[in-house]
Amino acid sequence: MTTPEIAQPRSSTRAVSLKGGGRNRSGQTNFELYSWLFMRLSGLALVVLVLGHLFVNLMLGGGITALDFGFVAGKWANPLWQVWDLLMLWLAMLHGTNGLRTITNDYAEKDQTRFWLKALLITASIVIVVLGTLVIFTFDPCLDPSSTLSVCSK
Amino acid sequence: MDVKVKILRYNPEVVDESEWKTYSVSLQPTDRVLDALHKIKWEQDGTLTFRRSCAHGVCGSDAMRINGRNRLACKTLIKDLNPEKEITVEPIKGLPVLKDLVVDMEPFFDAYRSVMPFLVTSGHEPTRERIQSQADRDRFDDTTKCILCAACTTSCPVFWSDGQYFGPQAIVGAHRFIFDSRDEGTEQRLEILNDKEGVWRCRTTFNCTEACPRGIEVTKAIQEVKRALIFRRV
Repeated sequence: MTTPEIAQPRSSTRAVSLKGGGRNRSGQTNFELYSWLFMRLSGLALVVLVLGHLFVNLMLGGGITALDFGFVAGKWANPLWQVWDLLMLWLAMLHGTNGLRTITNDYAEKDQTRFWLKALLITASIVIVVLGTLVIFTFDPCLDPSSTLSVCSK
Repeated sequence: MDVKVKILRYNPEVVDESEWKTYSVSLQPTDRVLDALHKIKWEQDGTLTFRRSCAHGVCGSDAMRINGRNRLACKTLIKDLNPEKEITVEPIKGLPVLKDLVVDMEPFFDAYRSVMPFLVTSGHEPTRERIQSQADRDRFDDTTKCILCAACTTSCPVFWSDGQYFGPQAIVGAHRFIFDSRDEGTEQRLEILNDKEGVWRCRTTFNCTEACPRGIEVTKAIQEVKRALIFRRV
């Protein structure tokens, strides 16, 4: 009778560091440290940004019924709201992407699966961040000439 | 009283699959789970395999998953486990099972070795002991209590899915020296734990703190190492 095959632990990083007695640390970066720190700080910033966003959009003025293209255009005419929304977009996207990267690292066991999940994740994030940034700076509610919005009839 | 003990048996020389077997044992409420295992091995089924050495909670040999929680069999009393119901006993998770309740501890010890769990100093050795104030000693007192039973590391969900993670115990072992005023290897140890499989993989689920039979505040120790890495100050 043979003993069953025991799967090798998956990555080889520690095996390498073990051979060097833990001293061969070239190629070591602070990436995980910064990513950990970023999650905490962006989380705090997002609490303020998102709650502020919800309060201004839904509680002040006409509330949810007043939300339309014109409202958004009016907000983005002000650089404060451009910066606010830009920050919210970038921080939320990076925070979410990093969170999913972490979850992928935790749960995807095969190298292949991990690679493709992360590739998909990063592609999706880049598309959304670029598209969102573009919209914040070039938003035009009257792009459609036949628009019936009140802001466009002037 | 009669207690039912359900044990996850595994013997690769007979079957490839592990299977549950239930034993009925007559015990006192003040007996320990280890006594139940002894009774089963000595009186019912001599093939039951488990590790134990001192049997008094110090050697760290008999960590196992009892009723779904990592504990030392020698420190767990039957009366604390609701003996009306079956008591389940499994090997600790995340390490390769060799037979029954015996797991291969080598990956666990590898992680411990890689954080250099020994005093690192330079210069001349003092003629007498290396002196330390009581306050400096208290700084790392909690993590000196570790008995290397692996209850914490094998209760960690990150370790279950990624055996490359150093695991709570290795970080506790490093903490014991990182915060020792007499030690000079702090920078090196912090660099080792700054690895992508190091302290940043901790998800703060507190499973380790809950599992530790010595009552070490493991998650707190891990957080202290994180803080030392961020501020580069011990």
